[in-house]
Amino acid sequence: MLFYIIRRILQIIPVLIGITLILFTLLYIIPEDPARLILQKGATEQALENLRAKMGIDKPVYVQYWRYLKQLSKGDLGDSYRYRRSVNSILAEHYPNSIKLALAAIFIEIVIGIFAGIVSAVKKYSFWDTLVTISTTLAVCVPIFWLGMMLQVAFGLKLGILPMSGMGDGSISYYILPSITLASVSTAFVARMTRSSMLEVMSNDYIVTAYAKGLSNFKVIVKHALKNALIPVITLIGLDLGAFMGGAILTETVFNWPGVGRVIYLAILQRDAPVVIGGTLILVLIFVFMNLLVDVIYAWLDPRIRYYKKEINI
Amino acid sequence: MYPEKKIEEEKSSEITGELILERKYTRSSLYKDAWKRLKKNKLAMLGLAIVISLMLIAIFANFISPYNPIERIKEEYLLSPSGAHFFGTDLLGRDIFSRVIYGSRISIEVGIIAVGISMFIGLFFGALSGYFGNISDAVIMRVADIFFAFPYILGAIAIMTILGPGIINIFIAIGVLGWAYFARIFRSSILSIKNKEYIEAARALGASNYRIITRHIFPNAMAPIIVYATMNVGTAIIVEAALSFLGIGVQPPTPAWGKMLAESLDYIDIAPWMMLFPGLAIVITVLGFVLLGDGLRDAFDPKLR
Repeated sequence: MLFYIIRRILQIIPVLIGITLILFTLLYIIPEDPARLILQKGATEQALENLRAKMGIDKPVYVQYWRYLKQLSKGDLGDSYRYRRSVNSILAEHYPNSIKLALAAIFIEIVIGIFAGIVSAVKKYSFWDTLVTISTTLAVCVPIFWLGMMLQVAFGLKLGILPMSGMGDGSISYYILPSITLASVSTAFVARMTRSSMLEVMSNDYIVTAYAKGLSNFKVIVKHALKNALIPVITLIGLDLGAFMGGAILTETVFNWPGVGRVIYLAILQRDAPVVIGGTLILVLIFVFMNLLVDVIYAWLDPRIRYYKKEINI
Repeated sequence: MYPEKKIEEEKSSEITGELILERKYTRSSLYKDAWKRLKKNKLAMLGLAIVISLMLIAIFANFISPYNPIERIKEEYLLSPSGAHFFGTDLLGRDIFSRVIYGSRISIEVGIIAVGISMFIGLFFGALSGYFGNISDAVIMRVADIFFAFPYILGAIAIMTILGPGIINIFIAIGVLGWAYFARIFRSSILSIKNKEYIEAARALGASNYRIITRHIFPNAMAPIIVYATMNVGTAIIVEAALSFLGIGVQPPTPAWGKMLAESLDYIDIAPWMMLFPGLAIVITVLGFVLLGDGLRDAFDPKLR
């Protein structure tokens, strides 16, 4: 198990280096002079020259890349071109907001997704099953930014019961619309997966045995079936959490949420390369780490995988 | 499950030894059978109907739309839906119904061309990786890992900022980002096929690698690719809408659904129809491709149901 974890961690390193390389190359192609971005209009040629030399951008690109990697190994993501601050401090300010939103969305995903999935599996082909199937199919087709706008109109504008945008004082009411928007697609996937996983488990012999022992319907479903049926669902939820923490650009834009997705989006528009590279790197790091965590939890939850991996010595 | 006629035919070919006839028959039967099952699936047929009508709408947009989609009628701005303007008008007095009709062109184009690009790149690298294995496999799959870890929307935004807005660049951005999944599916199909007897037989007969891949592996590995491609068209359409919504996709005055939604943002209180209809258009379009994709998956592999 330990060997497996170490091996997976070592596999992450080339992925991260590849991503810095891609981002660095992409942003190097942008024909804009960072020195001009920082000093803005009216700067003298001499001042620009000095700044370029100080930042090292007069050097060839591989020298710059090497410098960046060295700096990165110390945990320093560099300084923003637009704001006179370090990228670390910008991200540290906005990350908590994104994580809070991600957790709220995951909460919705777990509660509604799993519940809908169970109901639809237990009452197969009933009205509720059909309802869940139709709404999950529709949820996948709705662009989340449009869903966000519709919710804003319905609950913010027409009914006037929920705030339309921003984080306000941070009270729960501000979280409701953005987290529903962010969670919509994944909740549908969780519901579908719970349904199919439950149906598969319910056809097993040990469920028949449990019924034969005279256990109540509730006990069989919750204590015997659900435990096993949720294993693949947990994987899905873990991956979503990783994706939510950085992938909320659209939701954060529609709702004016002061999170990291919006910061990266604005930085891309403003050609603020250090913020883009640094932000994306952290985001990918979280995503890859969540992937790893999910794999480990999976192996821990399902002994069959653990023993199988021992046998073939992964 | 099998009609009796088929069994008879197989037997007769066995007896007469007409190998070519038999191969021809089995090759077409997977797709024929799938089509038969697809026809029985009502939802899939609904999806197919949506997709076909959308294509017709896109092709004949100039005949269907009552107004010029970029013509501004100054006196008729922000009109609510009526008999003259089915979906109302926007701030510049343009007919929203006509703009939604013309918008289908962009969405369908992006969906098909971008997914085509992804598929082309993905199949090429998937074949390299699955058929030849070893170093090419390791390198290609690690590069694919990088693309998997990279958030799709973020990648598309980054590429669009560098290339600049415009429809061709949207094809490139969405097309280039989507290849990894195609490569992975095709690789695993190939891995499961390449050691089968009929491939060995082809090799023993002296067929080249190129011939084996294109004539023997390709037709047998295409089913999951077709399913994924169909569903992926829907995703590509949503991503294009998102890019245009964020202002880095299709540029005005070209009518695109995502762009229309962005334009409606400031008027959601006084002109909600501006956001309602383009959004519905996206949902129906994507629904069509999703239903068709679902149906195709069931049709190709009835065991999965």
